Amino acid sequence: MKPRTLFEKIWDAHLVRDETAEAPAILYVDLHLIHEVTSPQAFQQLRDRGLRVRRPERTVATMDHSTPTTPRGPDGRIPVTDPQAAEQIRRLESNCGEFGIRLHALGSEGQGIVHVIGPELGLTQPGMTIVCGDSHTSTHGAFGSLAFGIGTTEVAHVLMTQCLLQSRPKTMAIRIGGRLHPGVTAKDLILAIIARIGVAGGTGHVLEYTGEAVRALSMEERMTVCNMSIEAGARAGMIEPDDATFEYLAGRPHAPREGAWDRALEAWRRLPGDEGARFDREVSIDASDLAPMITYGTNPGMAVPVSGVVPDGGDLPTLRKALDYMGLEPGQPLLGHPVDVVFIGSCTNSRISDLRQAANILKGRKVAAGLRVLVVPGSQAVKRQAEAEGLDRVFREAGAEWREAGCSMCIAMNGDQLRPGQYAVSTSNRNFEGRQGQGGRTFLASPLTAAATAVAGSIADARRITDRP
Amino acid sequence: MKPIRLIRSRTVALPIDNIDTDVIIPARFLKVTTREGLGRWLFANWRYDGAGKPKLDFVLNRPEAAGAAILVAGDNFGCGSSREHAPWALLDHGFRAVVSTGIASIFRANALKNGLLPVVVEPEYHARLVESAGCEATIDLEARTITTASGGSARFPIEPFDRHCLLQGIDHLTFLLRQEEAIAAYERRAAPGAGLDARTGS
Ligand code: SF4
Repeated sequence: MKPRTLFEKIWDAHLVRDETAEAPAILYVDLHLIHEVTSPQAFQQLRDRGLRVRRPERTVATMDHSTPTTPRGPDGRIPVTDPQAAEQIRRLESNCGEFGIRLHALGSEGQGIVHVIGPELGLTQPGMTIVCGDSHTSTHGAFGSLAFGIGTTEVAHVLMTQCLLQSRPKTMAIRIGGRLHPGVTAKDLILAIIARIGVAGGTGHVLEYTGEAVRALSMEERMTVCNMSIEAGARAGMIEPDDATFEYLAGRPHAPREGAWDRALEAWRRLPGDEGARFDREVSIDASDLAPMITYGTNPGMAVPVSGVVPDGGDLPTLRKALDYMGLEPGQPLLGHPVDVVFIGSCTNSRISDLRQAANILKGRKVAAGLRVLVVPGSQAVKRQAEAEGLDRVFREAGAEWREAGCSMCIAMNGDQLRPGQYAVSTSNRNFEGRQGQGGRTFLASPLTAAATAVAGSIADARRITDRP
Repeated sequence: MKPIRLIRSRTVALPIDNIDTDVIIPARFLKVTTREGLGRWLFANWRYDGAGKPKLDFVLNRPEAAGAAILVAGDNFGCGSSREHAPWALLDHGFRAVVSTGIASIFRANALKNGLLPVVVEPEYHARLVESAGCEATIDLEARTITTASGGSARFPIEPFDRHCLLQGIDHLTFLLRQEEAIAAYERRAAPGAGLDARTGS
């Protein structure tokens, strides 16, 4: 048999029917994650056709996008004041009830950002096909699964048939040699990759991150990398499973146990690509060359080292429009640029290790005067863990807001948003115009850079903070 | 879905690269549970000022854009979020086709499922379309061509299956639902595997 990559093995194993001259392949979906914003119209399609959910046990629901992250009321509940959000929440509750789908409801133990809870609950496992009506589903590829975002019509397809029609994507290896220097994070790595290959550089491809630097990453760091594959236009991003993957999964609520675990492990160890397996494209990057990165424009590919300057794109209309929106000039340094808000959160950087990094900088320090800092854990489980470690106190004492779990200011549809003209350093994944609020201007960066900026009140390099208080 | 064969309309050009789905329809308009009426919020942040008044310098607000069904956009159109609200909003506004040098994958898939035709052309032809914006163009799905009076004609790629579905007005779901036997057979033969064991929590 021809040597196969990780992607090819998963693809082949999930073909209900291979592609023909007339029709694309039919791919079986192992795990389907849904949330309140991209599912109501899909359930409506089911009702219109009078159909049931084919495999309700393969779909898991959470609430994250339009839900508020404001602190709980005296009754212990998270108050939802926006009637439209309340309606989406009610809809998801009734749809899950009616069709027998497991739901992690707002404020409940397992609730959180869909791409944070999947891995955390052990739902996300190597070798699976995983889809969700959300483009950052690529996050789950960190476990050696094939995971990608779909639209609402496809959500309906999966609910009704557990399958999708898919044309086979191409493969691209991103070989990352060397080691990240201290103070340079997984976020900086993926921002550097996107800056290198471009926001459309991965179009039509599944990226596989591989190499020495990738093996050295923790599972949470791998999730940060895979999360932003979509920002390079890629269909998905993935990493071969290894001992770090298995250690992370062992004992998680939905991870296999005992005999099933042993069998799973045996199967998972066969997933990595065969010797001699070929990719359609290859790109090489040396992690040792990288510095902390920050974006200056209105897409995630517009990124430079934090000590760099806004590049001069000449007359390119797209860059000029971006810089106009950002209120920046070519040649302007980014360090020291004042900001109004720092947002630490999102499915890219809201896991416990991200919060620990931020807390490490904020501990014993104060948020700069006039600055608003939001720290939003990715899930209720991350929140509990952070509180058990006293991180919430660190954030509060520094002057930051400590929130309930959700997407929060990453998407500005839940009450958390920038005001027009405000600047933010954000650990999220999109600096699109208006993404964090109409007229808001976003610099994407790592939790370290965000925390250092919170202290300085302007864009800062965390590596220069040496005055341990 | 209504079959699509010919789209003949004036074009309107928005030649900016990487127009993302947050620009096409900002997230604050996604707090809905239906798909109707989203055209109002198409390009909302570009179309309206802070007070909600139309910005007169934005191309969709100009009189010559009224009724145009073909949008000529810059490269990598529809990148970003998977929100299907983006093609819903474009269709509700009256667009039937988007022409670009590159269209993001999820947006493309969503567009095709709703009868919004993604047309990818070479940069040189695209430049001519931008130049002749406001003129009439004809898209022939059967022939896979786009033609304008001044700019000549270009062919565009489309998967045979997608083309067939659009020409016949068939949706993908109908096709998928007919595969029940193959799906059931797959479920019987595919090793339950770790995933399946895990999902049932056993
Ligand atoms: S945190 Fe942001 S990017 Fe992630 S799922 Fe939520 S809205 Fe999407």
